[in-house]
Amino acid sequence: MGVLSSSVGSGAAGAAKFSDSDSRKYRYFDPKGKRQSHYEDVTVDVQPDPERYLIQDWIINFANGKGAYEKDATAARSSNWHAFRAPDEEWERTHYQRQSKIVTMVQSVISNARANNLPEGYDGVWRKILQKHLGAWKHAEFGLGTSLMRAQRFGYTQMINNATLTNSSYKLRLSQDITLFLAEVGMGLDGWNDELGKETWLNDPIWQGTREAIESIMGAEDYLEQYFASNIIFEPMVAELIRSGFFMRVAAANGDPITPPVISAAEADFERNLANTIDLMYTLINDPQHGNANKALFSEWAKKHGALANKAALGLQPIWSEPHTKPVSFDDVRAQSHERVKHILGELGIGDVLNGII
Amino acid sequence: MTSLTLNKITSQRGIPVGEAAKKIADLGWNPSYVQEAAVHPSDYKINKEPRDPMKQVLRSYFPMEEEKDNRVYGALDAALRGDMFRNVEPRWVEWMKLFLAIIPFPEISAARSMAMVARLAPGEELRTGFTMQMVDEFRHSTIQMNLKKWYMENYIDPAGFDITEEAFGKCYATTIGRQFGEGFITGDTMTAACMYLTVVAETAFTNTLFVAMPSEAARNGDYALPTVFLSVQSDESRHIGNGHSLLMAALKEPENHLLLERDLRYSFWQNHAIVDAAIGTFIEYGTTNRDKEKESYAEMWHRWIFEDYYRTYMLPLEKYGIKVHHDDVQTAWKRITEKMYVHNTAQFFAVGWPVNFWRIEAQTEKDFEWFEHKYPGWYAKFGDFWKWYAKLSTPGQKVVTFNEDVGYVYPHRCWSCLVPCLVREDIVTDYIDGELHTFAHEIDRWTAVEAFADEYQGRPTPAMGKFGGKREWETLYDGWDLADAIKDLNFVRQDGKTLIPQPHMRFDDKDMWTLDDVRGHTLASPLKMIRGMSEQERETHLAEYRAGFTINPCN
Repeated sequence: MGVLSSSVGSGAAGAAKFSDSDSRKYRYFDPKGKRQSHYEDVTVDVQPDPERYLIQDWIINFANGKGAYEKDATAARSSNWHAFRAPDEEWERTHYQRQSKIVTMVQSVISNARANNLPEGYDGVWRKILQKHLGAWKHAEFGLGTSLMRAQRFGYTQMINNATLTNSSYKLRLSQDITLFLAEVGMGLDGWNDELGKETWLNDPIWQGTREAIESIMGAEDYLEQYFASNIIFEPMVAELIRSGFFMRVAAANGDPITPPVISAAEADFERNLANTIDLMYTLINDPQHGNANKALFSEWAKKHGALANKAALGLQPIWSEPHTKPVSFDDVRAQSHERVKHILGELGIGDVLNGII
Repeated sequence: MTSLTLNKITSQRGIPVGEAAKKIADLGWNPSYVQEAAVHPSDYKINKEPRDPMKQVLRSYFPMEEEKDNRVYGALDAALRGDMFRNVEPRWVEWMKLFLAIIPFPEISAARSMAMVARLAPGEELRTGFTMQMVDEFRHSTIQMNLKKWYMENYIDPAGFDITEEAFGKCYATTIGRQFGEGFITGDTMTAACMYLTVVAETAFTNTLFVAMPSEAARNGDYALPTVFLSVQSDESRHIGNGHSLLMAALKEPENHLLLERDLRYSFWQNHAIVDAAIGTFIEYGTTNRDKEKESYAEMWHRWIFEDYYRTYMLPLEKYGIKVHHDDVQTAWKRITEKMYVHNTAQFFAVGWPVNFWRIEAQTEKDFEWFEHKYPGWYAKFGDFWKWYAKLSTPGQKVVTFNEDVGYVYPHRCWSCLVPCLVREDIVTDYIDGELHTFAHEIDRWTAVEAFADEYQGRPTPAMGKFGGKREWETLYDGWDLADAIKDLNFVRQDGKTLIPQPHMRFDDKDMWTLDDVRGHTLASPLKMIRGMSEQERETHLAEYRAGFTINPCN
């Protein structure tokens, strides 16, 4: 049966030529590069803005009169919130592909290791370290995940909120990866206590600085402060320190080849989230109208969360002394961590803001 | 002897799903150094820890969703290889310009609302469910944007798709969809993110949105929409579970019952008013398939909303002490059947065609027969209108919107649901902050005046949202020439003169309307007009409005 409702008997592109019959690109936003990307096409302007196309303004307000999205949800200011595009260009398809690949890899690593009885070869002290310290660390990742889940409600554009949302999704996945990794690795090991991690997180003095730093991010009212503190400060100063500076480097020497690949995914996640965060903060700090104010604001956030992260990192120091085999020293990895955070802050032009703190 | 299989050789005892979910629920803790930032307020009190009925964890969730995606994108590729668009009905795809301009915003709003609702109840278990819903909604929003881009790239007339999100912010019809989406993310968190979104929109109305619509799409040669939206719908059971679990926790506190009654009433009525107007129109008027054996929108509504949702979900809430407004459900059913709600809406969209960003073609004799069969009395009320519409579809005719020969009377806009007051006899008015407003129905008046207020039946409700903004679209262009308004809306093709909307499916420049064809007509705000009347004039006007109008015979 032919097409009933077309004057040319077809609904296909090219079946007829008329005004705009070849208009095959979204034409309501300017791409960041020369051509609009797929990510931009599925992301830009889905969250409307009364200053762009939303001519009726927000039509349902909160009790205090504020609309669905307001610029003052953060103390930072921008002359164009819409300029930001996430460098990782994630949308649903790429997000699921990446997350799926990671969980499949992690499960494969665990499964193959268990099939070959690798956990039984763990050094006894290392077993305890995993239960206590990796078990505690999963809560820090969860805290970042929930804090970013909250933050994704408040950004002024779809690009900011979706980048925050995927960041939250990565953190929550990692916290679950670690939880199930520990549970499964421990299944064949006598005396394994899965609950030791939470107990350690809540009560062990080693972890209280980290918990305070995480809770401070979770408690920040400003969504952008949460995003900044997570990726610009806490991740390089504490998360990378313990993830790659301890678990990834120390595990193998203590008979554990499994933990490094499980944790490694987190470092790759962070590289992407860091790129997104730096790009957004860079845009704001170089804003022609508000750059100086944003610089001062970010410097304050850096100092506040930098001091907390520094205290957290120092608190973790005893962990490096616990394993039988100690291939790296706390001082060495901490020095690398300082270099890293200074480099990140340097990208934003505030490389010396933590002088006196670290 | 039992045979060995690879599965048996490699099988490994894993952690049971229930135990995995329990361990993951234990990731949270009560902060003691710094309290978690407040998200949004609620007048509800929830002390019971809700359970997560789905007990799914991210390690199984991500591969499952990736697999769903693979099927969706594979099907889209196959559709192109099979030359789907050669056989697709433009009458159908044109309505997708409106539908897909709207729907990605409510979807991503649902993701945002998960941040609000996640901390409403104690305990961590259901938070995992909300986490997955957040990522689901991100999936839905961007997969729908992708589908729209795909239509734009492959369909005969991409105009309208190409300005989609701009049009979403500007159009008189998309404002109805914004009322829907903003309802998920503003006001009392429980009202917005649980009752309006999950308990009513997702549990009841996604059936018509994401199941009924795909069926009709397939009947019109469009296999892409079913592929995408049935995949979207497969995520909804998780969301329905989240909503039900939180609702059950809220029910435990008797002091919530009054608010639950209010919110169930508001949510049901507004979902009916908005979703039925839009989806009913797409399904009944976007199709070329007039098989009398297929269900009409009204029949589907009765099956999914009345039988499934009302009887098996809403009604049992009474045994928990919630007052269920049975009359509202009956009233909605009567609006859809006897009062021809969907047909009045389609007629209104057709009258408004010059300020649309999609094409609407006239219904024809074949359509008339089907409509009369499914909705007895339809022809007497709408037959002549569609004949007029066809007759006035060529450039040079006086546009139907302003053509006195037709007899149509432009409607007032409902201040609550933002669909106009199309069932004329039901219009009511009331004052808010000393200003007169018009409402499509008494329940719409109740929604705006009594539910969205500082107190409800004597109980303070400080967290409840407020209607705001320039809610009556017509106010924005009051006194404007129609051509200037269209230009201002940017609903003009890139030659600077041809309109994006057209009242037909003739894909030829010589048949297409331009700005010059619609110039010389002045838009007016019905609200401004009625506010400017004396009390006597207003009473007369409303009496005439309630009496309705008659479409003149079209020969």
